[in-house]
Amino acid sequence: MTTIKKDPVDVVIVGFGWTGAIMGMEMTDAGLSVVALERGEKRDTYPDFAYPRIADELTYGIRLKLFQETAKETVTVRHNPGDYAVPYRQFGSFLPGNGVGGAGVHWNGMHWRALPSDLKLHTTISERYGKAFIPEGMLLQDYPVDYADLEPFFDKFEKVCGTAGKSGNLRGQIIEGGNPFEGPRTSEYPTPPLKSLYSGTLFSKAAKELGYHPFAIPAANCSQPYTNPYGVQLGPCNYCGYCERFGCFMYSKGSPQSTILPVLTQRKNFELRTNSMVIKVNLDSSGKKATGVTYIDIQGREIEQPANMVILSAYQLHNVRLLLLSGIGQPYNPQTGEGMVGRNYAYQMNSGISLFFDKDTHFNPFIGAGAAGAVIDDFNSDNFDHTDLGFIGGAYISAVRTGGRPIQQMTLPADTPTWGAGWKQGIKDNYLHSMSIGSEGSVMPYKECYLDLDPNYKDAFGQPLLRMTFDWKPNEVKMTQHITSKMQGIATAMNPKQMKVSVMDMNSHYDVRPYQSTHTTGGAIMGDSPSNSVVNKYLQSWDVPNVFVQGASAFPQNMAYNPTGLVGALAYWSAHAIRTQYLANPGPLVQA
Amino acid sequence: MISKLRMRKANAYHNVFIILLCLSLNLMLDQNKQHFLGDRYLLKQGAVMSKPHEAIPARRLFLKKSLTLIPLAAAAGTGMVSLTTTAQASPAKSPGVSQHYVPVYFNNEEWAFLLAACERLIPSDANGPGAVSQGVPVFIDKQMEAPFGHGGLWYMHPPFVSAVPELGYQSKLVPREVYRLGIGAVNDYCQQKFQHRFAELKPDQQDQVLSELEKDQPAFDAVPAKMLFDLLLQNTKEGYFADPIHGGNQTLASWQLIGFPGARADFTDWVDHPNEPYPQGPVSISSKRTA
Repeated sequence: MTTIKKDPVDVVIVGFGWTGAIMGMEMTDAGLSVVALERGEKRDTYPDFAYPRIADELTYGIRLKLFQETAKETVTVRHNPGDYAVPYRQFGSFLPGNGVGGAGVHWNGMHWRALPSDLKLHTTISERYGKAFIPEGMLLQDYPVDYADLEPFFDKFEKVCGTAGKSGNLRGQIIEGGNPFEGPRTSEYPTPPLKSLYSGTLFSKAAKELGYHPFAIPAANCSQPYTNPYGVQLGPCNYCGYCERFGCFMYSKGSPQSTILPVLTQRKNFELRTNSMVIKVNLDSSGKKATGVTYIDIQGREIEQPANMVILSAYQLHNVRLLLLSGIGQPYNPQTGEGMVGRNYAYQMNSGISLFFDKDTHFNPFIGAGAAGAVIDDFNSDNFDHTDLGFIGGAYISAVRTGGRPIQQMTLPADTPTWGAGWKQGIKDNYLHSMSIGSEGSVMPYKECYLDLDPNYKDAFGQPLLRMTFDWKPNEVKMTQHITSKMQGIATAMNPKQMKVSVMDMNSHYDVRPYQSTHTTGGAIMGDSPSNSVVNKYLQSWDVPNVFVQGASAFPQNMAYNPTGLVGALAYWSAHAIRTQYLANPGPLVQA
Repeated sequence: MISKLRMRKANAYHNVFIILLCLSLNLMLDQNKQHFLGDRYLLKQGAVMSKPHEAIPARRLFLKKSLTLIPLAAAAGTGMVSLTTTAQASPAKSPGVSQHYVPVYFNNEEWAFLLAACERLIPSDANGPGAVSQGVPVFIDKQMEAPFGHGGLWYMHPPFVSAVPELGYQSKLVPREVYRLGIGAVNDYCQQKFQHRFAELKPDQQDQVLSELEKDQPAFDAVPAKMLFDLLLQNTKEGYFADPIHGGNQTLASWQLIGFPGARADFTDWVDHPNEPYPQGPVSISSKRTA
């Protein structure tokens, strides 16, 4: 096949979701010429997410119109090294994004900063409980950055999104009604918290009575009209109930489209090419320098885009896959522990309780927003004493209502028939009068949980799929069972007529079928040395210093929080280092 | 530059606002409403053609064509019998769509099965219209012609190997094949056990067969019984709850039953009313409402 060669640019960006948009903005600000390559289609608030067409649960929520095209590309999954991995043929457990805006279009907008202890988890655990507290085979490690490093960038990303919330720790002062466990913030959230939904109000009351510290979930669902630092306007959330899995028609949910693209796409030194599937990063003969990328366009033409700098800003799984396909860094070998690419894959461990009330309790479940609800952080990370518990990590417990879309979000008591007249009676009796509480928990990295290239299955372009080797470990099961017992305490205090608990046990294996979380992490983790990481503290490849790898692939282990707040902050942090250090003196920003 | 962008956004807001206004003030013209109500409405009107002002000629023509086609389509084998039996077996009536719809994918025997099975999975009863009356079989037929039916939304590259259930769907079969093979197997099984096809059985016998399928019984050679059952139940519920633009939920009966307001998607006015029933009925994307 003949390759079409494009004119060189300063920066090529691979994947145009949140981090691609942030890096595009920052690199064009620095006066560089930037081309962004996105495998999916062009999408904008209008016309692609316009009301009323977007209020279509089947098309967007069930058939997953905005997500990665599974028919073309997926991953393979197995529970243990040595097993034959089979394709993740129907999306369930996690839903990678596609198209302009990426998963930033159809996330819920839960906008967290990492806790200080999340970023220094190895140190925190070792100092508090001793090194022996860390189980054999758990590859726990600190981020090479701390909360104070990232605070200005957490702040910046919140201001870009117009995030709604209330401080719990403003410059060291603990404030009633916010999250008392959060790291100190330099400024209040840009917009006030979303309004409390009835389910969240009941949850908060019960949690407070039990001595916990409920607060409104920090939401990148703008609560007021807001103009961000780029001059882009956001509108107030109207609690439409079509948030995650959908694009926001109200210009309320923070997304690349609603916060950055109106400015970035007008810039003369920026070009976006959609339907452009990058198949590899090209290296020079030394293997230490990237010369650009090769991609396939919608007509099937192979195109080379030379660039001085390559920024990988695709979804976490795809960043790792591109490194492996391009031969950047050494693939991880679980037998020897050598090689870093693919190491420390992690996920999240969740549990839930459905609460069913009498007919005089009206939740109006269809009134919701992606991050509307109440939460407690009392059992997250190391916010509580683990001494006698025998596990590391934790979860946040929340009552969030993203909507009441009946195909996906109908929850019924366990004794309800699955079909027939009894089922029909069940949906009538319970839809308006039920709510749920959930926990979203951290997952630690393990020697045998990793990503590599699959030897058997290929994508639509003939390239190997990424292979995921992952299963639940006792640490996480102990964690979720402890958290769920606390959650049951809150649920009981809310006095429902009936409850339904779903929680993993020691016999549970990772199940790809039910949706759990699109918070897959690791595989190209950040660290303080090439011997424990793929990228340095500025997300720069140790092996090929003109390649930067953004996103949750950099997380050494997974926290309980939704990752986007940290992903955005890390991108701004990385961009800052590129602009203030790298451009003047291209080369490794940290000496190995 | 920024101010232009703001203008653009303001315009888009304006558009959204107008649409919302139309929906909430019910300003859509009657003619539009009729259009949006679609075939079900037309056919129902056609059934009582004595009403003088209804049914414009073009629609009559369509109706006539449809009626002509049904016997033709159902003439082969016992398709006609099955349809009749189904109708009789459903005392709560299955008016409109399904009776007069000519399936694109399913053959007569499959269609008769689908009508009968959907009626048992979500029956018409004191809680309102069921799946058939709401057009769910039409929804499923349409889905068979969409990428979903062809497995076009799934990664379907070989090799296909079996794995533990936790690793998800690993069959080579796409929904069209699951229905075709599965319905054939069920009808053979019913023929053997009851000397009748599924659609010709009594409702309690049909329920018995469906319960067996749900428990993955009996062991069919062509397709696991539960694979058919799960797909059928999933699609039936999808059609029942989805927006009517997809072919089911034609009178918004499911939304009315549970209290879901459909495509309203603006609750600024009610988010401050904790524990108070929402006062508005459902509306669909094409502005259908309940009577």
